[in-house]
Amino acid sequence: MGKVALEGSAKTPTVNFDPETGVMELKGRSIPENSIEFYKPVVDALDEYAKSPLASTKVNIQLEYFNTSSSKCILDLFKKLEAIHKEGKSVVINWHYEEDDEDMLEAGEDYQAIIKVPFEMIEVEA
Amino acid sequence: MTFMSFDIYSFYKKMEHNDVMLSFKGDVTSNMLDSMLHIMESKLEDMGEESKVKKKVYNILVECLQNLYHHRDEMRRPGKEEESAAVFMIGKSDNEYNVITGNYIKNDRIEKLKQRIDQVNSLDRDGLKQLYKEVLNNPERSEKGGGGLGIIDIARKSGNKLGYDFMKVDDTYSFFSLYIKIPQ
Repeated sequence: MGKVALEGSAKTPTVNFDPETGVMELKGRSIPENSIEFYKPVVDALDEYAKSPLASTKVNIQLEYFNTSSSKCILDLFKKLEAIHKEGKSVVINWHYEEDDEDMLEAGEDYQAIIKVPFEMIEVEA
Repeated sequence: MTFMSFDIYSFYKKMEHNDVMLSFKGDVTSNMLDSMLHIMESKLEDMGEESKVKKKVYNILVECLQNLYHHRDEMRRPGKEEESAAVFMIGKSDNEYNVITGNYIKNDRIEKLKQRIDQVNSLDRDGLKQLYKEVLNNPERSEKGGGGLGIIDIARKSGNKLGYDFMKVDDTYSFFSLYIKIPQ
């Protein structure tokens, strides 16, 4: 229950979230016109999970592109993770970026500055 | 204009002279937007453009086109729906990409947009980063979801001041154009 498995498309990312393992993955492109609608099931699942989270939650973000409308939704997800972390549970956000993609690294650092959760910046080969 | 007298050669030369890669006039629907992004992605790929630049250009195009998409209802002038579409163009000169968008805008919306662009243009790299974070973290958001982040993101990624113009069309509408330079 509460599992999310969305297959990626040209405009939306692959999303996997398993409340049994506490692992979330967001991968690919996130450029839908209506991001709020797309992210709703993910936000809802995380809300449900936050009621009794595991001792450790791991989030892997590996996006190639994301639009500004997605950036607000991603922040919403991170805020929920921050609340879990605040309760004393372990939460880590692994932010992946391609080696020459300074914009993506900077985007990760922006979130890191706003959200009080440990971030790992992970460089991957382009 | 009668269609048969249209000088396609001079149109071609003009596009060539300005190194136009893609131009479009019409209603920016979701499908149109996808097609244009797809064409531009292929073109950038074929040109062998560096991944870093390719991503910058693509990202900025997404924001520009989605801006046009989200505001398309406001662009439709009553009684002139046929010609109320937006225009979009991307070209490449020696060392930069140039993106231009144009659309009708209600006169009463000009001031707010103008203020935002002027604000963005007055800021340096760090200032833009700060403003982006503030607007991102502001719980208020427009029904379109972006809450005004688009223009800031475009300015940040392009690394250049944004050019713009509002040309008055009548008492209710003006034509807004936005010029973006993306260094290669």
